[in-house]
Amino acid sequence: MATNAENPTGHAIIERSTTLLFVLTLLVVLIGGLVEIVPLFKLETTVQPVPGMRPYSPLEQIGRNVYTREGCYTCHSQQIRPFRDEVERYGHYSVAAESMYDHPFLWGSKRTGPDLARVGSKYSNAWHLAHMEDPRSVVPVSIMPAYAFLKDRDIDVEGFGAHMRALRAVGVPYSPDMIAQVAADIRAQASGEDAEGLLARYPKARLGDFDGQPGRITEMDALIAYLQVLGTLAEFPAGRVTGSGQP
Amino acid sequence: MDAALSLAPSIRAHTIPGYNDAIVRRFTVATVLWALFGFSAGVMVAAQLAYPQLNLGAYVTFGRLRPVHTSGVVFAFGGNALIATSLYVVQRTCQIGLWGGPRLANFLFWGYQAFLVIALSGYVLGITQSREYAEPEWYADLWLAVVWLAYLAIFVGTLMRRREPHIYVANWFFLAFIITVAVLHLVNNLAMPVSLVGAKSYSAFSGVQDAMVQWWYGHNIVGFFLTAGFIGIMYYFVPKQAERPIYSYRLSIVHFWALIFLYIWAGPHHLHYTSLPDWTQTLGMAFSIMLWMPSWGGMINGIMTLSGAWGKLRTDPILRFLVVAVAFYGMATFEGPLMALKSVNSLSHYTDWTVGHVHSGALGWVAFICFGALYYMVPRLWRRPLWSHRLVEWHFWIASIAIVLYITAMWVAGIAQGLMWRAYDAFGFLQYSFADSVAMLHPYYVIRLIGGVLYLTGGVLMAVNFAMTLRQPLRQPDPARAPQAAPTPAS
Repeated sequence: MATNAENPTGHAIIERSTTLLFVLTLLVVLIGGLVEIVPLFKLETTVQPVPGMRPYSPLEQIGRNVYTREGCYTCHSQQIRPFRDEVERYGHYSVAAESMYDHPFLWGSKRTGPDLARVGSKYSNAWHLAHMEDPRSVVPVSIMPAYAFLKDRDIDVEGFGAHMRALRAVGVPYSPDMIAQVAADIRAQASGEDAEGLLARYPKARLGDFDGQPGRITEMDALIAYLQVLGTLAEFPAGRVTGSGQP
Repeated sequence: MDAALSLAPSIRAHTIPGYNDAIVRRFTVATVLWALFGFSAGVMVAAQLAYPQLNLGAYVTFGRLRPVHTSGVVFAFGGNALIATSLYVVQRTCQIGLWGGPRLANFLFWGYQAFLVIALSGYVLGITQSREYAEPEWYADLWLAVVWLAYLAIFVGTLMRRREPHIYVANWFFLAFIITVAVLHLVNNLAMPVSLVGAKSYSAFSGVQDAMVQWWYGHNIVGFFLTAGFIGIMYYFVPKQAERPIYSYRLSIVHFWALIFLYIWAGPHHLHYTSLPDWTQTLGMAFSIMLWMPSWGGMINGIMTLSGAWGKLRTDPILRFLVVAVAFYGMATFEGPLMALKSVNSLSHYTDWTVGHVHSGALGWVAFICFGALYYMVPRLWRRPLWSHRLVEWHFWIASIAIVLYITAMWVAGIAQGLMWRAYDAFGFLQYSFADSVAMLHPYYVIRLIGGVLYLTGGVLMAVNFAMTLRQPLRQPDPARAPQAAPTPAS
């Protein structure tokens, strides 16, 4: 070693003390994360409010859970970048407020399939159903797996209140009324009947029998309800959707 | 020793007195088996992208199997390799057995394998947090936290009892890896379970903050799990196999502190041009570029350790695995900062270029340095000569060709994708539909699949070689091979 064994100097002091090496290492690795993460929770400019945003309806959130479970995020992003081509292909670039109720975020990291941040209302419910049952029936070159089995999985309508309470605990503003009405809201959205209360609580919710099975409320209903709301809530001022050219 | 030899089939009798090599052998076996598992899962998901008919029913879809592959190679193969090598190295460089005794070590082994089985089977059943490389749900995370603290206790306890005055450089990196992974794991997995008897939980964070926390975690799983830990492997096994001291003691100090300080900042480069604030993106980009320096410091220190021993590369395939690994580390850590530049990232992000980049690091650096370390350790742990050096040559060349096929296919695929998405025709319209870019990928996905099959084949050759090695007759104990000192760093 470079230093005197009896009187270590310089770095030898650190590498002869487990405690010192442990503590210094911990301090050094904490700095970057603290500087980058903590201000995001403190600075008000991080998430600027956008009119129209609301928590997901129960059926939409169930659909979001199906999307998570099936790993859709491994191939689809939900984050449109401010480039001319992306804005023309997908719509207005994504803003922070649009994912403020997303626990977890599902921005994704790979586009094996197209971005879905604004897929809502671009296709009919029937198109989504056909696409989920057999993707290549509507997009011949698609390499997406088929998800026909979602039509056979019924939703636990009564039990979803516990999920809403968990979401409320992490900051989603579900009111006691919203949690109390969970079963009625799911049935209303998946049938389109008696939907006044639902639409008051969750404006712009898409209604309908999404899976073509009027007697059942399945995961297919939920997933399509979720896809149909993506990107449709935020209201942007007209004329600001161009994005920039490539840097 | 006579008693030991009479128990020849029992490997337990041939440990160096005081060292717990039984646990290292277990982790070594687990490393090889999980490698085959993780590579096979990779071949499967690669095949599903080339041939979507291979998505079978609800459980065998790309979406569910992709984390089986990523966790299978990172945490199962890589994790077991890191624990095996770190426990091997820390005992030899501290000249003392593991703190906590065989019970705690066995708890670490079975606890870690249990975590892997719980996590991986959960993905197939649809249990996931959807956080990349942190998919396991809350109960698996809590279990891993307990197991990881046991690992930290064993490692730190052994360091504190060491008989050597200095803590050897490999152990700095192992220690930083264990500490940082604990911090990352605990923060990124903060979540609210729906109920104590159900699997589902919701992340404590949302949107922008959640994305930043996740990629602070995700990038530093690369930085500390797949880099710092494996640099620890490099600092022991390269000098040992080359029989040369570390090139520069001073460089190892500088690049250790620079690497662990800078890596933590680089996460936001996964979120360029998203709704993450610009200041955070810019910080992430700047630190990613700075990271190039300590990365290459480590590479230079590893490769230059061969000074005076370059000739061994021609004849020693094990050393070649180790050194080519370090060369791939240099390549991947040059490409990484490049892709972290916002202007390059605007093209590369969301494409297969990223997948190719990850695999030049994973196949070329992480797995190669593992293979080299395994080929070094297995004959010593089992006290038997390696069955076939020629098979190691075959493994090396098959795996090298596999990497070339894989990363070149993904470079072309990724850049073509990025260019097609932004192409305009003469009338100012987008030239290609998204589906056009999907159809274009097929031949590259097939080439990538071939590369994956070759890489798995190399792994099978390695497993066969080890299985045959274990059936070799025991080597007579060599008195000169008593507990050895750490490789001496240059002063």
